Amino acid sequence: MSEVNKQDIKAIVFELNNEEYAIPVQQVGSIERMQHITRVPQTEDFIIGVINLRGVVTPIIDLRKRFSIEKTEFTNSTRIIIVYINNMEVGFVVDAAYDVIDIPENAIEPAPEVIGTVDVDYIEGVAKIDSRLLMLLNIEKVLSSQEVDHLQSVEG
Amino acid sequence: MELNEYLEVFIEESKEHIQSLNDHLLLLEKNPSNMDTVSEIFRSAHTLKGMSATMGYQDLANLTHKMENVLDEVRNKNLVIDPNILDVVLDAVDQLEAMVIDIANGGDGTRDVQSIVNKLNSIEKREVIVQDDSTKKVESNNGGSTATIINGLDEFEITLLQESEEKNHSNLQIDIKLREDCLLKAARVYMVFDVLEKIGEVIKSYPQVTDLEEENFELDFSVLVVTTEQSDQIKQKVMKVSEIDNVTIIPFTVDDILQQQPINSEVEQTVIEVASTVEESNKVSQSNSKAVISNKTIRVNIDRLDALMNLFEELVIDRGRLEQISANLKNAELVETVERMTRISGDLQSIILNMRMVPIDQVFNRFPRMVRQLARDLGKQIHLEVDGADTELDRTVIDEIGDPLVHLIRNAIDHGIELPSDRVEKGKPAEGLLKLNAYHSGNHVFIEISDNGAGIDREKVIRKAISNQVITHEQAKSLTDSQVYQLVLESGFSTAETISDVSGRGVGLDVVKNTIESLGGNISIESELGKGSVFAIQLPLTLSIISVLLVEVGKEKYAIPLSSIIETAIVSKSETFNAHNKTVIDFRGKVVPLVSLKEVFNVSSSLEEDELHSIVIIRKGEKMSGLIVDRFIGQQEVVLKSLGDYLSNVFAISGATILGDGQVALIIDPNSLIK
Repeated sequence: MSEVNKQDIKAIVFELNNEEYAIPVQQVGSIERMQHITRVPQTEDFIIGVINLRGVVTPIIDLRKRFSIEKTEFTNSTRIIIVYINNMEVGFVVDAAYDVIDIPENAIEPAPEVIGTVDVDYIEGVAKIDSRLLMLLNIEKVLSSQEVDHLQSVEG
Repeated sequence: MELNEYLEVFIEESKEHIQSLNDHLLLLEKNPSNMDTVSEIFRSAHTLKGMSATMGYQDLANLTHKMENVLDEVRNKNLVIDPNILDVVLDAVDQLEAMVIDIANGGDGTRDVQSIVNKLNSIEKREVIVQDDSTKKVESNNGGSTATIINGLDEFEITLLQESEEKNHSNLQIDIKLREDCLLKAARVYMVFDVLEKIGEVIKSYPQVTDLEEENFELDFSVLVVTTEQSDQIKQKVMKVSEIDNVTIIPFTVDDILQQQPINSEVEQTVIEVASTVEESNKVSQSNSKAVISNKTIRVNIDRLDALMNLFEELVIDRGRLEQISANLKNAELVETVERMTRISGDLQSIILNMRMVPIDQVFNRFPRMVRQLARDLGKQIHLEVDGADTELDRTVIDEIGDPLVHLIRNAIDHGIELPSDRVEKGKPAEGLLKLNAYHSGNHVFIEISDNGAGIDREKVIRKAISNQVITHEQAKSLTDSQVYQLVLESGFSTAETISDVSGRGVGLDVVKNTIESLGGNISIESELGKGSVFAIQLPLTLSIISVLLVEVGKEKYAIPLSSIIETAIVSKSETFNAHNKTVIDFRGKVVPLVSLKEVFNVSSSLEEDELHSIVIIRKGEKMSGLIVDRFIGQQEVVLKSLGDYLSNVFAISGATILGDGQVALIIDPNSLIK
């Protein structure tokens, strides 16, 4: 039993465009309700702006824009997931975040080659649990180091 | 052993003592007959020696000891300080500093100090060969039968023992043998030390504490203890520590040691003299005790102060919300309480900000040494005057300002002040004057570095600037003097005819300018050919809280630092002109280009263009620019926050702040909006 637990991955499940994604719980700092976001001009378009996260100015990224999914209005269930990337705190705007789930290692399969329009390199794998299909996100690749470096040197 | 906990304190205090050594040695050079200064130096050296011996840094202790010997000669008027001796002593202080830095970086503080020790020895010998011989005898006599530990005593430790005898304490040598099956030797040693430290003072141990700690010994170790208790009781107490096989206690007196070793009476005499000077210096410190009390301090890690500051910032934000709520509810009691809280947190804010302030002396104090060294290297005579060293600045500014100042001082000494012969030729005193002056003014601190040297040669600067393609011939004609001087700060500029070690690699002053500007300050130069130059640096008091003007652009709020705003104005559209596709206004007789923040920041706005423009006039040096905004909100003190690593280098944004309603407002970097 304990051996099984060791191989489980605890993950936060969130929804984006009616699909379910998962982020390992260790990488998640907190989940916040939608709040006022201050736009930062002259940055990449998927960076919405910054919020005041308990005194820390935190950049916010629109995952829909990052994944090139059509834009929708923010709703009551829209959430900001605060994650840590290379010692930086960044927030992801998602449609909804509602679940913590244990994913057994053996339920994870490598990402299928064809997964629509989404570039597969930041999908680490797909887990099938009961009738649900969860896509495991690799946070670092969502903002691959190249991308991060690029952002750091954005200048007008 | 808990020594590691003390390591930090040891390092900090050693640095202070080394600094004090430096300061007073320089004073001594100016006034070699001042015995107070000598005593002061002696005391610092003495304390340093004691501390390093306790911590087991033998090289450090030895070198300090040798230095102390020389100083002792000076104090006894057997030796007159001259620059050569001072050079050696200062060199020794440098070595000490290097060792302390090594220890601070995790090293063991060992260093080859033989050459400097020899130098010190020879200085000492020149006057008193007898005394030196006798100390050698003390050191060479290591074959004594009773115990190695007693023979290894240095003068300092003998002094301590002697003092304790005078106070009727007994000196005991305690030999301890651990049981053969003892598993945790270091732990037992620690417990023994613990017991001994409760009953008296541990003077020395053999092997050294560090070796004991690392279990670098067989089963026996010896400790010298000064105590008032009876040896039987001590033995009982020590035996209570488990796994101890045997304890032998041998009382001894200093006379015993001295008799054991063939020592002539002169050493004893010097030893006693040392003891009496220690007492003397104690008296001095007692007479100074008033000043000491007023300087009572504790050391706090800067990270903790930062954490405190962060928490307080959050409190300020919540206070803003509370104020809003109480204003809405109009409950008298609530309003009163909130007002009280506002007052108290205002006081708290000034205290916290004050805690982060440190006197600029921390930066200035290393300059006298540096100036002396440079002057000697370059064969110049320079008198350094420091004013306003107690001026306080935020810690973060202090950390950054050191290097630029070093650069400017080197520059003044190398390029500014002339050689003594040239100066006399020009009818100036041979000794050049270098002045460092710091003072507060408003929300800024000014630091001025002035010299009465050659001044800046306008023509030479222009020639150089043209040959280095910094400016063109046409531009050169229309430049004002101060604009010419500013060229010195451009990159790729160096007016020194010959490149020296000191300065003149051509990468110098533009770095200074950049550092100062990144701190939100600026630098200006005044100069008169043949009479000297003044480099004036203006810096903000603190980097964490700044005054800003909040403005609205579309529906977004931006903050503009007050320090770069000249004034605000409202002009109607008919007053603007077009020049070269740029909108400009005539502002008090000057043509000022306008920048629309709405366009720079791509603010989407459904608002109709107003007939009147609200304009914030900002400046960078001589240049001005007008920022078009939609509305002025007002002036406010805000806490400066960075956008984080993820969003560094956003164009024209220098940071962010959190407003009373919890929202983030971006702080504009006016410098990047002026071309």
